[in-house]
Amino acid sequence: MQISVMLNGKKVTEDIKPDLLLIDFVRNHGCYSVKRGCETSNCGLCTVFLDEKPVLSCSVLAARADGHAVQTLEGLQEEAAEFGAFIADQGAEQCGFCNPGMIMNAIALFRENPAPTDDEIREYLAGNLCRCSGYEGQLRGIRAFIEYKKQGGAVCR
Amino acid sequence: MQVVGQPFRKKDAMALVQGKPVFTDDLAPKDCLVVKVLRSPHANAMVKNIKTDIAKRVPGIEDIYTWEDVPQQRFTMAGQTYPEPSPYDRLILDRHVRYVGDPVAIVAGANEECVEQALRMIKVEYEVLPAILDFRKAKDNELLVHPEDTWKSLCPVGADNKRNLCACESSDHGDVDQVLADCDVVVEETYHTLANQQAMMETFRTVCYMDTYGRLNVLSSTQIVFHARRILSNALGIPKSKIRVMKPRIGGGFGAKQTVVAEIFPAFVTWKTGKASKMIFTREESQTASSPRHEMEVSVKIGADKDGRIRAIDVYTLSNTGAYGEHGPTTVGLSGHKSIPLYGSLEAHRFAYDVVYTNTMSAGAYRGYGATQGIFAVESAVNELAGRLGMDPVELRLKNMVREGQTMPAYYGETAKSCALDRCLLRAKEMIGWDEKFPCRDMGNGKVRSVGVSMAMQGSGISGVDVGSATIKLNEDGIYTLMIGAADMGTGCDTILAQMAAECLDCQMENIIVSGADTDTSPYDSGSYASSTTYVTGKAVEKACEKLQIKICERAAEMLYCTVDKIEFDGHRAKNLENGETVTLQEIGTSSMCGNECALQVTETHSSPISPPPFMVGMVEIELDKETGHVEILDYVAVVDCGTVINPNLARVQTEGGLVQGIGMALYENIQYSEKGQMMNQSFMQYKLPTRLDMGKIRVEFEESHEPTGPFGAKSIGEIVINTPAPALAHAIANATGLWFRELPITSEKIAMGIMKQ
Amino acid sequence: MLKIKEYVRAESLEQAYQLNQKKTNRIIGGMLWMKMSDARIQTAIDLSALGLDQIEENEVEYRIGCMVTLRQLELHEGLNEWSHGIVRESVKPIVGVQFRNLATVGGSIFGRFGFSDVLTCFLALDTYVELYKGGVIPLEEFAEMEKDNDILVRLIVKKKPGLHAYLSHRNVKTDFPVLAVAVSADDRGARAVVGARPSKAICVPLKEEWKKAIEEGRCTELEAEQMAKELAEQIPTGSNMRASAEYRSHLAGVLLKRAILALLEERGRQNAD
Repeated sequence: MQISVMLNGKKVTEDIKPDLLLIDFVRNHGCYSVKRGCETSNCGLCTVFLDEKPVLSCSVLAARADGHAVQTLEGLQEEAAEFGAFIADQGAEQCGFCNPGMIMNAIALFRENPAPTDDEIREYLAGNLCRCSGYEGQLRGIRAFIEYKKQGGAVCR
Repeated sequence: MQVVGQPFRKKDAMALVQGKPVFTDDLAPKDCLVVKVLRSPHANAMVKNIKTDIAKRVPGIEDIYTWEDVPQQRFTMAGQTYPEPSPYDRLILDRHVRYVGDPVAIVAGANEECVEQALRMIKVEYEVLPAILDFRKAKDNELLVHPEDTWKSLCPVGADNKRNLCACESSDHGDVDQVLADCDVVVEETYHTLANQQAMMETFRTVCYMDTYGRLNVLSSTQIVFHARRILSNALGIPKSKIRVMKPRIGGGFGAKQTVVAEIFPAFVTWKTGKASKMIFTREESQTASSPRHEMEVSVKIGADKDGRIRAIDVYTLSNTGAYGEHGPTTVGLSGHKSIPLYGSLEAHRFAYDVVYTNTMSAGAYRGYGATQGIFAVESAVNELAGRLGMDPVELRLKNMVREGQTMPAYYGETAKSCALDRCLLRAKEMIGWDEKFPCRDMGNGKVRSVGVSMAMQGSGISGVDVGSATIKLNEDGIYTLMIGAADMGTGCDTILAQMAAECLDCQMENIIVSGADTDTSPYDSGSYASSTTYVTGKAVEKACEKLQIKICERAAEMLYCTVDKIEFDGHRAKNLENGETVTLQEIGTSSMCGNECALQVTETHSSPISPPPFMVGMVEIELDKETGHVEILDYVAVVDCGTVINPNLARVQTEGGLVQGIGMALYENIQYSEKGQMMNQSFMQYKLPTRLDMGKIRVEFEESHEPTGPFGAKSIGEIVINTPAPALAHAIANATGLWFRELPITSEKIAMGIMKQ
Repeated sequence: MLKIKEYVRAESLEQAYQLNQKKTNRIIGGMLWMKMSDARIQTAIDLSALGLDQIEENEVEYRIGCMVTLRQLELHEGLNEWSHGIVRESVKPIVGVQFRNLATVGGSIFGRFGFSDVLTCFLALDTYVELYKGGVIPLEEFAEMEKDNDILVRLIVKKKPGLHAYLSHRNVKTDFPVLAVAVSADDRGARAVVGARPSKAICVPLKEEWKKAIEEGRCTELEAEQMAKELAEQIPTGSNMRASAEYRSHLAGVLLKRAILALLEERGRQNAD
């Protein structure tokens, strides 16, 4: 079947199999930031935006994205660099494998709630597993980023 | 120090946070063959008959291999220095399958779909045999996991396949039985830990292809490129010179990738077909057919005087290596050698163990490597002892802990040349407010708040065995390249080794390029495991940089027409002290490329006869719901002595990450087997890692000591950090409930049902 | 691996219904559970273009389309205010935001899963399901029915004034519940619902006198405990990887007591307002 997806702002039209998952569709299109960490919708590594909402791309049919917009970290490089720098400043990216999914979901959080509390951060990101960092460093990075944004992006790091 | 001790960003950090394609599967050739294996549904069986002809006809299938197609010499998948202590008990595919998940056939095809289809069409007839699933019944059982005569053990580790023994040993110091008989109080208990999964986010995976020279190139998510080359050579029966192993970025290892779990299958396919191939483990495979922690049952006897002087410790460990012996003979040693020496003035100790084969998944290396299991037992027993003595467990430890300068008879007689364990304990006590909170406070609403404590130690590399190397060279633009065979798996070793190089060479961090690991181009390194990289490879970096600086001065002396003793070099500029003339580093680098006979490149190798232990203390405060049994972690404080902290950010995150893994092991990660020997926690739905809602608040501090044999005074940090949560949480739970839980994980169910039965 | 031969984004419920009459065809909801199966599906029927992703409200009821996600339920202010937050409480621990942005209320309810927080929660409320052919029936009745080829179009929740509480116990906070409990009291009476036993949630009515005692706020903690104990004894539990039957029965007593106490507290707040 043929689908048309706005992938990172570019229209992609392609013939696909009906059971192709969105994660495989975007990876086939070079969006390698999207990782598969489990097969049971538990890890959050494959997070992409479907019409601006964070979803697990391992659990969505590419067919369902037909006519919709999909964004991956490849399409959000500036935001990823701006926010990611604060994670990097904590050394909290560690192996980095879970980072794209966590960073996507954190960006979604900031869009919904620009000044979340610690509890709101933990709750929103609860579906993003990380086995390296113990999460605390990510939290420190997020707090520092929020502070930086509050100051109009003017805090020196 | 300018660079060492600073919280530099990891060199790869920005690529990682922006999701750049730097991992194994991101780099796989698009059209490579997909490799999967058919796995045994039985815990113990012989393949009587296997039919692949129909499956081979599935369009897209390249080939299917069975036990008849593979070399018949046995090998081990353990990434250890040759001769490996782990027995040679594997074949690529064996007619005798020994656990649910053991591979039966390898299928290679054009895509996942056709390979999956072919897997379903292979017909296997098994002769199902009775299985040994309980490791307590394995030793000298008439059923043998490895009855074959081709089984062999290369090292004298007490292995005997005709007794289901992968290893056994006993060592002692003083007369333990006599001292224990003379003690006022003796605690004698047995502690049980499970075969936890490392559960790194990136599953096992490998890409293989043939290069221009007809050599097998293996790009793999591995901690051990050089060992992987040898293991592939052993398994495939091809010369090591025909194999090149490289690692890209690794999505977490924690020891899992110190075993060659995935590599052999695509390597075999590519070697046979000449075509590129890849194998990506599913999460289910990673959970059920991999290399988890060794399940252990540790029996401890600990004796003390009434006044709290600990006089003797006796430890016996039974370890379950599963169907194969990877890391079996070595992990077990740490359960005694890295728990007993925490106590410095013992009159006697004994440590004995048996490591047995069973028909469960083969175990491997997981952060802590046996120390975690042993420390859970010994530190729990010490906490129980404090209870029996009516002493504050912190006081008991202050009275008995190992101190700087003491020799540690249970730690191969090494001396604790650097040890801030006492400072760690005092600081942790202050941070958590121990005196106000110990042992517990009833909150009046069915909830109790309580605290618990544990000390820990580990090693820094394997003494007399691990080899670390570094090559450092000056480029024409005054930038250095540091080549290493150690494997950064997210830990940040590329960065901290670069920090050491920059410190030695008086240059900026940006001026060090790090490259590795690649068996063709990196200097030899045993690999990143056993907490060795900072301490062993770090020292090699230090040595190489010192030598390179001498060579740079020599080159400068030639350029400035003076003797080398007249050269002053500040990292950027070399000055002739006689006339004040200077050359820049850039000029030196450039000049080395014209009419030069002396390479501005140095390779140094390091190995250490000792393995200085890092030390730490963990203290936890919990709130326990007496009705549901739920444990909420309120505060976890950890104070670590890893010697000099090379990068405080990375050391802190290592600690936090290790603590959360330890919390998972202590409270949640509940490995369960079915009666038929099927490991049931086959996904992240059934194997629950702590989320960020489950780990409470963590606070980490460092109490530095100076290790005279380490680079810049450093020891290690990677593994020790997983060791305190289990005993500290068990202690806090005991302080809240009066119940000692000696089997992990301590689930809310065990707590609530324990309280009910009280 | 799930296999799907054809995908149809239905243009009408009738089309979806007709397609769904074939055994090998399946309606896809959030697809989170189905994705993990090895099902071979001829035609996957997607209802996402039928405008069923809305929560509508009028004076007497909430009408929740089957394609409404769990995240929409969690964020819907009116629904949560009216239900004293139990809708939010029931869905919030489910895996993560990205998961809840996909999982649909229709999928959760139609599946009648044992572990379902959503089913447990809505069974406590005065909830009906609207089936395309079967019409509107009480959720409790639907929960007992065998799966058939009808289409669950929406949930209808009657906006009756009442008291509601929801509690669950989980090993890890985003895991399936070890046990989930909802208690409510309205003009239909008072009821306790226990889910994740681990089988499908069941309702147990509270005695009229208990209901009265709760509504009139004259129930002591000890009495609440006694009620909970009696209720828990009527609830069959089983064992699975997450817990034993024995522990679940114990938890049922604890959580029901706490839920009843929460109702009393809620009632106290209402009186104060």
